[in-house]
Amino acid sequence: MYKYDAIDRQLVNERVAQFRDQVRRWQSGELTNDEFRPLRLQNGLYIQRHAPMFRIAVPYAMMNSAQLRTLASVARKYDRGYGHFTTRHNLQLNWPKIEDVPDILTELAAVEMHAIQTSGNCLRNITTDQFAGVAADEIIDPRPLAEILRQWTTFHPEFAFLPRKFKIAISGTEEDRAVTWFHDIGLQLKQENGETGFTVIVGGGLGRTPIRGQVVREFLPWQHILSYCEAILRVYNRFGRRDNAYKARIKILVQALGVEEFTRLVEAEWEHGKDGPATITQAEFDRVAAHFTAPAYSAEAADDSYIAARRDAEKPFARWLERNTHAHKVAGYAAVTLSLKQHGIAPGDITSEQMETVADLADRYSFGELRISHEQNVILADVRQGDLYAVWQAARDAGLATPNIGLLTGIICCPGGDFCDLANAKSIPIANAIQARFDDLDYLFDIGEIDLNISGCMNACGHHHVGHIGVLGVDKNDAEFYQVTLGGRQGNEAKLGKVIGPSFSAGEMPDVVAKIIDVYIENRQDEERFLDTFDRIGIDPFKNRVYEGRAHGKAKAAEKEAA
Amino acid sequence: MMAQLIKNRTAQADTWLTLELAEGDTPETLALPAGDVIFPLAVWQARKAEIISCHKRIGLLLQPDERVEDVAGDLDYFIVIAINFPKFVDGRGYSTAALLRQRYHYQGEVRAVGEVLHDQLFYLQRVGFDSYALKEGKDAVYALAAGFSAFSDGYQASTSQPQPYFRRRA
Ligand code: HEM
Ligand code: SF4
Repeated sequence: MYKYDAIDRQLVNERVAQFRDQVRRWQSGELTNDEFRPLRLQNGLYIQRHAPMFRIAVPYAMMNSAQLRTLASVARKYDRGYGHFTTRHNLQLNWPKIEDVPDILTELAAVEMHAIQTSGNCLRNITTDQFAGVAADEIIDPRPLAEILRQWTTFHPEFAFLPRKFKIAISGTEEDRAVTWFHDIGLQLKQENGETGFTVIVGGGLGRTPIRGQVVREFLPWQHILSYCEAILRVYNRFGRRDNAYKARIKILVQALGVEEFTRLVEAEWEHGKDGPATITQAEFDRVAAHFTAPAYSAEAADDSYIAARRDAEKPFARWLERNTHAHKVAGYAAVTLSLKQHGIAPGDITSEQMETVADLADRYSFGELRISHEQNVILADVRQGDLYAVWQAARDAGLATPNIGLLTGIICCPGGDFCDLANAKSIPIANAIQARFDDLDYLFDIGEIDLNISGCMNACGHHHVGHIGVLGVDKNDAEFYQVTLGGRQGNEAKLGKVIGPSFSAGEMPDVVAKIIDVYIENRQDEERFLDTFDRIGIDPFKNRVYEGRAHGKAKAAEKEAA
Repeated sequence: MMAQLIKNRTAQADTWLTLELAEGDTPETLALPAGDVIFPLAVWQARKAEIISCHKRIGLLLQPDERVEDVAGDLDYFIVIAINFPKFVDGRGYSTAALLRQRYHYQGEVRAVGEVLHDQLFYLQRVGFDSYALKEGKDAVYALAAGFSAFSDGYQASTSQPQPYFRRRA
């Protein structure tokens, strides 16, 4: 994993000093609230429903055990002993005090962490595939370029005050796991004539106006990603709308100009920067890539017989192996997902004790490193097959072994109305109610692969548009309601879900999900997954079942009246 | 009180007058003051010949939505180009300055005016500003002491350092 050198350390330390000074000037009145707001946002500090909310970056999802231990101690010392992993490789603390944040940043800087540009209208944390470097289907490891991009985005002098936030994702596999179609810029690996490069996708995004990105350049050799991003950002910085925050994302500019005209502007701008100083040198690539070399994998054959015996003897272990371990490119190893989706807990939440357990597991079994997935789980990327049973036992004891990865209850969920000021509705209780309803593991496994995503409002922090089942909190006459979409998906065939119909109350939601699942179970053929059945039979059978006998509109109002 | 000019790393008196269009003024008809004047783009475009004939030292004011490309042929006339930040969170002026310096190799003074604050000075300097009309009421002494030195270096290529850090590594 990347280790800071002198310059990286110096800049992060200078940032801490700068923010400490900004807090001081804000407290003394030298900085007004309006002047301070963008400064604190660019250090990850929101003011939310109950308290400030503080977002710490986990650049392209990589962390070591020392960093996680520091997060555990920071959460305990300055917060309530837990944190929340987001869908964008960040950790959020829900209850810190603003005055403490400079001290928190100092502790983080000591382990090479920061909160730089985790919020605000600027270049945000770079995201990528959580299995980078170990995925069996990987063509190139995206992490060296992700780190080079991280440095380029950090304190970029020209792009610190953009019209709106800007998120870049990079993927290095055939199967896109970085949601590149739904980022401001998505860099999707492509090889052409033996050269490695990227397809550049611009203007995707979820939120209030969900739009799939469009291809601005089919093939960009990797050396040019900085100069090309620079051209895109300059066009956006100059011409993106600033009069209306809801229309300020680059997706709106791309739509307004049309992708051809937008591309023309970018290419014209790039003519000036192409082959200029921002072109990445082989030397720099090699320097950074040297930090991401493979760990010292053991050449000994894995002790498969032991694991096979345990699997046959213990069903819970077998289940966990099936759902929570993943193919590794090195024989005898597996990647493990530690589930932060224990039923009844806010999805993505992790306590300080759990963080410490994970850090210990990482040290003992996975070369001291771990990753955060955009599904809000923790990954141990390099576990020996022979250690899987021990890892499972420890994870189970810590409540981190729920075997629901990719299943219905492995829900992706935003903080929603319990924490977030912008929420229309609570989201965590909906997730928990659905988990309670589907608590039977046999049934859960029988239902099979399905993504359920919940957002508390149209900002879509829970990616509900790309859930196979998406749940969106809406406000109906000051009451919390939920709109359901079906058929959304991420990956190469990324698509937005379709709205099934009028929204539901919180109490109805577990039943609604149960009915949707029933329709699938009744209709599925052979090995069909939920999505396959949905694609074959369409939305109507689901709609009919869900609204069967359910009065809506006037009839419903009349019913209420009568009650 | 008025904005305090920071230039060459000292607080200075501002010798320039910025022409403002009052209610009812039009670029075509307004009276042109004498002295060192910073002209809005519309006035410059409407009265170019007249301005050149009666002013030796000419300044230009660019608003965030005014494009450098539209005055690219005239840059040699200007001793100073002021770039306005009506709000400090409107970052278009950074690109304007970067273009002036990097693409058009403008050598005169590039001045940040409007809502110019302490915490933006470092970035402003990086993209090519060399004078700053610090917002009134803000502490110029402290800005000079700390504003420009928030960071000791930067990763990216920009005007003040045309080589990215990775090309300068030993
Ligand atoms: C409670 C504090 C939070 C606030 C106030 C907040 C606010 C927002 C807003 C306003 C947007 C829409 C931006 C736009 O469309 O321009 C957004 C998008 C997003 N948020 Fe959050 N958010 C919060 C927490 C989170 C958390 C905890 C996660 C992860 C679980 C998250 C992940 C995302 C993602 C992935 C998007 C991108 C959707 C897109 O625009 O493509 N946010 N957030
Ligand atoms: S989706 Fe809405 S409710 Fe949920 S965290 Fe984002 S802004 Fe808040």
